[in-house]
Amino acid sequence: MTIADQVTGTPIAGTADTAVRAKTAAPAITLPVVGERELRLDLFRGMALWLIFIDHLPPNLLTWFTIRNYGFSDATEIFIFISGYTAAFVYGRAMLESGFVIATARILRRVWQIYVAHVFLFTIFLAEISYVATRFENPLYTEEMGIMDFLKQPDVTIVQALLLRFRPVNMDVLPLYIVLMLALPLILWLMKWRPDVSLGLSVLLYVVTWQFDLYFSAYPNGFWAFNPLAWQLLFVFGAWCALGGAKRMSRILASPVTMWIAIAYLVASFYVTMTWYVPQLGHFMPKRIEQWMYPIDKTDLDVLRFTHFLALAALTVRFLPRTWPGLRSPWLRPLILCGQHSLEIFCLGVFLAFAGHFILAEVSGGPVMHALISLSGILIMWGMAWLISWYKSEADKSGSKTKNAVSNADMAGGG
Amino acid sequence: MKAKVLLSLILLCGCVAASSARAEDAVPAGPPACEVPAYLLTTESQLPKTAEIIRDNKPLEILVIGSRSTAIPSSEDSSYPARLQAILKEKLPSEPVHVSVEIQSKKTAEEAASGFVKLMEAKKPTLVIWQTGTVDAIRSIDPDEFRSAVTDGVSALQQAGADVVLMNLQYSPRTETMMSVPPYLDNMRVVAQEHEIPLFDRFAIMRQWNDQGQFDLFNPTRGSELAKQVHDCLGRALAQFVIDAAHVGPAQQQN
Repeated sequence: MTIADQVTGTPIAGTADTAVRAKTAAPAITLPVVGERELRLDLFRGMALWLIFIDHLPPNLLTWFTIRNYGFSDATEIFIFISGYTAAFVYGRAMLESGFVIATARILRRVWQIYVAHVFLFTIFLAEISYVATRFENPLYTEEMGIMDFLKQPDVTIVQALLLRFRPVNMDVLPLYIVLMLALPLILWLMKWRPDVSLGLSVLLYVVTWQFDLYFSAYPNGFWAFNPLAWQLLFVFGAWCALGGAKRMSRILASPVTMWIAIAYLVASFYVTMTWYVPQLGHFMPKRIEQWMYPIDKTDLDVLRFTHFLALAALTVRFLPRTWPGLRSPWLRPLILCGQHSLEIFCLGVFLAFAGHFILAEVSGGPVMHALISLSGILIMWGMAWLISWYKSEADKSGSKTKNAVSNADMAGGG
Repeated sequence: MKAKVLLSLILLCGCVAASSARAEDAVPAGPPACEVPAYLLTTESQLPKTAEIIRDNKPLEILVIGSRSTAIPSSEDSSYPARLQAILKEKLPSEPVHVSVEIQSKKTAEEAASGFVKLMEAKKPTLVIWQTGTVDAIRSIDPDEFRSAVTDGVSALQQAGADVVLMNLQYSPRTETMMSVPPYLDNMRVVAQEHEIPLFDRFAIMRQWNDQGQFDLFNPTRGSELAKQVHDCLGRALAQFVIDAAHVGPAQQQN
């Protein structure tokens, strides 16, 4: 039930046989050898989930540990890239083994789950906002309370929310993910044909989106906060890497030139970020560069953000090998656990952020309380991830063996 | 996003940085809670026309263009434009100051800016303080469109011969989960930078007050006492900001 599901290869019988079939069916893409779960993906996805949770809370001490303070990109990039990677890995295999229709069916079931999760979160949001609307009447904020006007038309609002057109703040990632997953069958089908052409098409769509300012409209007005037409680039790039692209890039990734370019870029973006907090540093910043660079657009996945993510990823892959023993250390276990159940933990994180805001508003808002809420939120996420693992490994085991085998395959495929 | 980050810094080092810019304030009635760290009240951009008017002791006509958060319902005399006028008069005793207010409630930046040419012909102010962004954030207007609307508005005001100060949104913790403010803060900062005009960072200042415990902005009170105090402090901060940006020398200032 993770957002793009287990990265463990499906435990299929006759691996060699499958490999041969895969080769004849689709010479264009290569799936990594079935083997151990890629823990690095879980680790970084777990980390992204924690960071997204912290970023959704009002700024506090822990906010200083989130990567968006030190460069252009943030946890959302990591999350979408890894989601693309794992989704392509799992469903790409399904497509090679069982064909387009079966893979599409599994993907659609996954989309449905994400949709239900989104609607669930929306319900909680409605409860929160209705509470505030009835209790809060500070004359200082009569204007801001205009945001509640949609409560006057619950019929329209709720239908628009079901259509994914009305999306409150902090609830933007799941609709983006739903749209990307809906496009996944097409992406995988293209990848099966020519991976590089698919990636090229994705870049083209990104460029066209920027050129012609394409966007998804939202209700009551405005646009989607994460434009799927732009963000698909990261998702498709993740898929491309999963389906053999990463392997083919390994030489580029291993070259010292790449490393130094990445380091230089990260340092430069770190400096730029510093000028946001220490305005004095801005004096050393050429005006021309400033005007060219700003604003760094998150909605349309600014090129600067994308390249920043690439630089981060290149260095990570270089300095953190798949076999790094630390991945097995108990200290990283909570992160990895969270990363392995990302849909549940993501939703929990959004809910906890709502709850955190609520506590800060109703009880007290001191920095100590802030830090306490962030920490306990993370602990709750960890506990929940552990519980889900326990259910999967222990509680479900008591079921009949045959049923279990089927559902396991489903799980790897997106159940 | 950037603004959020910036603000969290304020939260962290606020205690250190809170070197009182207003410690030697001459107005005795002011509550002691109006402290704003100096860096929130300094700007590199200048107000040349306002400076000239003050130097020549000519009447200073200020126009505040705002939305509903410019006013307090049913107590106009306590809103920040009224306080700005009172405090400027105290600080610049030899200077005739008049502040007028144009409230464009429920109008986006674009809708407000469309009326600027006429407005400027009618009022002919030396200095315009344009407070905007809230309605755009509520309606989640495309930030790019918002930026070009603010750019057009500022250009129109400048062409009509006025100095311009931009004022951004209020810090409103209760609605933080409901609307996305950072893109609008960022874009206003960008426009201010491009036009080299001062930006009065109302958001950061109010956030500072809340984090320092000077005001409890989470307060669900129905009374207008809190609103009056906040507006009084905003008026003071704004007066200080205008005086600094116009580089009024100590000779003209009543300290």
